[in-house]
Amino acid sequence: MPKITYRSPDGTDTVVDVASPGTVMRGAKLNNVVGIEAQCGGSAQCGTCHVYVDEANTLPLPPMHEVEDDVLYGTASPRRETSRLSCQLPVTDAMDGLVVHLPEAQS
Amino acid sequence: MAAPSVVVVGAGQGGTETAAALRGRGFSGRITLVGAEDALPYQRPPLSKGYLTGGTPADELPLRPRSFFAAQDIELVTGTPVTAIDPDGMRISLAQGGGRRVSLRYDHLVLATGARPRVLPVPGASLAGVHTLGDQRDALALRAELRPGAHLLVVGGGFVGLELASTARLLGLEVTVVEAAARVMGRSASAALAEHLTAGHRAHGARVLTRREVVALRGDDTGRVRVAELDGGERVPADVVVMGVGVLPRTGLAADAGLPVGDGVLVDRTLRAGDPAVHAIGDCARFPSPHAGRPLRLESVQNASDQARCVAADICGAPEPYTAVPWFWTEQCGLRVQIAGSTAGHDRTVVSGDVAGGRFSVFCFAGERLVGVESVNRPADHMITRRLLAEGGAALPSAAEVSHPDFDLRKHRRARQPQ
Repeated sequence: MPKITYRSPDGTDTVVDVASPGTVMRGAKLNNVVGIEAQCGGSAQCGTCHVYVDEANTLPLPPMHEVEDDVLYGTASPRRETSRLSCQLPVTDAMDGLVVHLPEAQS
Repeated sequence: MAAPSVVVVGAGQGGTETAAALRGRGFSGRITLVGAEDALPYQRPPLSKGYLTGGTPADELPLRPRSFFAAQDIELVTGTPVTAIDPDGMRISLAQGGGRRVSLRYDHLVLATGARPRVLPVPGASLAGVHTLGDQRDALALRAELRPGAHLLVVGGGFVGLELASTARLLGLEVTVVEAAARVMGRSASAALAEHLTAGHRAHGARVLTRREVVALRGDDTGRVRVAELDGGERVPADVVVMGVGVLPRTGLAADAGLPVGDGVLVDRTLRAGDPAVHAIGDCARFPSPHAGRPLRLESVQNASDQARCVAADICGAPEPYTAVPWFWTEQCGLRVQIAGSTAGHDRTVVSGDVAGGRFSVFCFAGERLVGVESVNRPADHMITRRLLAEGGAALPSAAEVSHPDFDLRKHRRARQPQ
């Protein structure tokens, strides 16, 4: 199973095996990764599964759809170039080793 | 001193998130989550939408997998109603059965008992084919009856009723919605949004009747509903009926225990229910809202999960008043509708965007103050409004600003708050 690393603002890493099919959001929820709230359950409604993809990332990620782009306008922590909604990142084997940084706040 | 123990009554969104948030904060005491239903805690929003069409399979409903509760050392007790609370002895009693424990001691008790659907007291309400939609069992029973070509009568044009109407049209049923008030979503939406949704449902093939009431349901000789009689005498075919006429908070346990109750368990700013060891959250709790300026009871995922985190913080010794901005979402007829803020007291609206194209927002004002925004297929407006309301009033747009044809909330926010 692909391994995803969730890095807290304090630098602590939580490494999780995420089953495929799944999403980066679901992998966090299933393992109680603190810092992913995902209130809407993964339907790009709430913006509380915001992550920053590691800047050094070269793994293939799906392009951002308009709704995701719109929702990212209102995240609790500042939007950056690397911002994504983790519910919109399906996990594939090709994403093994992905590192995402958790924002300071989700709501 | 032994670590304190927390008992959470109600294993829905709020109860489950309370347990998870406690562990997330490093709480090391015992946590017991007690649910009346015989299922893993699950999400409710799909029950009126994807779960009925099959788009959301049953295995995507659970909020967390079973392994989560074991890994987090959360004792999950399902299929076990709580029968009484003893606040003096700090114990709850459990429904007995099969050698199970009969009571549990707590240091902190969290009531997350939710609400149950109201049933309209009309003749024929207990005929076969008449449903309410509150839990997964209800949804399963309803799903079996939503057959293409059948006539569905939805009593009540609120969130649940309209979501069902939309889902049933997708499944090929003939749909009539009967709403007693002058417009649909009367408690929760502006006239402008209600009008747009009504038009959307009609374009989708549903019949939407307002200012009409169901006075009786009539069955055939097998005891199954076939026809609804409306005030004024009209008869509407009804092979399946769903009552979406609001809910009643489950407050019986709290009332019997002498806790303050009044259309919800009454709680203070930190969600304590008149007893420092008891909190109430979610659909069953009535709390003072700084956004509405009065006590509110909210039926939403946002409210349940934000209140869960607020209670976890209090139990962990970091109390903060509950001030989260309310928000809701609904999906109907292909429209993504999001509401941010407490719009019930608005007296003026300004519509911004492309109404004909189905991408617009209704800005709701109370006097000069923006109290909330309803967005149709405009998630950025929704998200930014939530932030602006949370941050306080200074950057909120005025009605005059919103009225400008070029108004754009993203630009407005950038101009007011360069980051």
